[in-house]
Amino acid sequence: MDWWQTFWATYSTLVFSIGVNVLLAASIYLTLWCGLLSLANAAFMGLGAYTAALLTTQLSVPFGLALLAGAALPALVALVIGVPTLRLAGIYLAMATLAFGEVVRVIAINLNITGGPLGLNGIPQDTRWWHVVLALAVTFYVLARLRGSKMGRAFDAIRQDEVAARLMGINVTACKLTAFVLGAAIAGVAGGLNAHFTFFISPNEFGFERAVDILTMAVFGGTGGLLGPAIGGTVLTLLPEVLRVMKEYRLAVNGLILILVVLFLPNGIWDPLRFRRRRQRLAATAGIDSAGGA
Amino acid sequence: MLAIRNLCRNFGGLQVLQDVSFTVPEGSVFGLIGPNGAGKTTLFNLVTGLMRPSSGSIEFDGTDLVTVPPYRITALGVARTFQNIRVFREMTLVENVIVGMQQRIHYGITGALFKLGTFRAAETRARERAQELLSWFRLDHKAQLLAESLSYGEQRKLEFARALAAEPRLLLLDEPVAGMNPAEKDEVAAEIVNIRSRGYSVFLIEHDMRFVMRLCERIAVLNFGRIIAEGPPQEIRSDPRVIEAYLGVDEDA
Repeated sequence: MDWWQTFWATYSTLVFSIGVNVLLAASIYLTLWCGLLSLANAAFMGLGAYTAALLTTQLSVPFGLALLAGAALPALVALVIGVPTLRLAGIYLAMATLAFGEVVRVIAINLNITGGPLGLNGIPQDTRWWHVVLALAVTFYVLARLRGSKMGRAFDAIRQDEVAARLMGINVTACKLTAFVLGAAIAGVAGGLNAHFTFFISPNEFGFERAVDILTMAVFGGTGGLLGPAIGGTVLTLLPEVLRVMKEYRLAVNGLILILVVLFLPNGIWDPLRFRRRRQRLAATAGIDSAGGA
Repeated sequence: MLAIRNLCRNFGGLQVLQDVSFTVPEGSVFGLIGPNGAGKTTLFNLVTGLMRPSSGSIEFDGTDLVTVPPYRITALGVARTFQNIRVFREMTLVENVIVGMQQRIHYGITGALFKLGTFRAAETRARERAQELLSWFRLDHKAQLLAESLSYGEQRKLEFARALAAEPRLLLLDEPVAGMNPAEKDEVAAEIVNIRSRGYSVFLIEHDMRFVMRLCERIAVLNFGRIIAEGPPQEIRSDPRVIEAYLGVDEDA
């Protein structure tokens, strides 16, 4: 198992990053699923990270419990801010959630308990690989079950036509709030896990740039199916590493690949609808061919 | 069944509906007609809870709907279709119809999370029911296709199936034959007769006079936000106020 030890020593950080980024992409996938463009997930991640880290460092709370608290607090905050903000649509919701993110960041900079602009240092490195795997497994299991249930169908309906959804008996407000709160909890867990392997967090990690990164991963991977956020999180974490051979052109090539994907696959890499349309078209032409042959 | 009393609705200074009162009787096809912009769709939006009236009351089987949210109104037994078709284009036909059953499918979070018996049974029943509803409109052979691949007329029928999936006792149809040719209109008329004979009450709005006249037991006429006549088709047809509203007198364009 020598190769494994070498591999793990070199790449464990990368593997952890993939796990955390896939969780983050899954967290924003939930709101996108309902057609909501919310950019609050970086802030929820920060809330989770600070909550979990303060609990383990200051109060010596067991890691598992701290992680749960790191999911619960963002969820609670999402519940409170969701009621007024989720009435907003489109770009207005994006603005409001972005503003919320700034508020969280500025508060973290100015509080003493969060370590101010310097952040928190010396967080115990408690995150093990199986913590990340477990978090991913639970998240994706819940999302998969959601997809197969009436709640998931309601999310789809709301994204496609909110008025029709409302008049088909869907409680639109409750659905949106559920997606928002669940997404906040997932982002919070990702933050807690991340804090406990980088052992250092600061307010600026959870600002605008992170919010856009999370959105990019989900959109790049595709928001039409569960594999989308998994692909997006993985590929966009690996891409800058793989492109290291490009040396100084690395970031330019990274950007170019992003542009090409968005241009040619506007719904992301994983787009079940595109596959379905193609299948349907093939079936239709096959039908015509056989009819013509007969 | 549906009693509308002294209903008013303003948009700013514009009075779209003024003192509108009528009753939709149970077990019939009731028509509301009127020229474009008379306020017909606004009335539907008020009944389904999409908008709130400025004053007046809307009673459905004795329940006042004025403060009830739309999804509760659906649960009470009112479903509708839309003038400009609103099917979920990126879903299959079956999925579209099952969305209509939202208030009729009952299972909890744990049931859905762990695929419990209640969940499986409810989902299976929903699929079977959806197939049945699609077959009513002869769309069952396309059940697994995306709704966007349907023709205009088929999408309209899909809307009927989806609305019936909500198990309504009153079905509201907003201009069901808008943009259709005479043959398609005949087909839709036949579907509405079928729906009615299955025991649903139908309340439709239309401005195609001929279509409404042959289909409805009772008709109310709305013009500039006011009810100007109400009665059986033969009465409406010969009512001078209705003729004036539709054909105009002298200076009317």
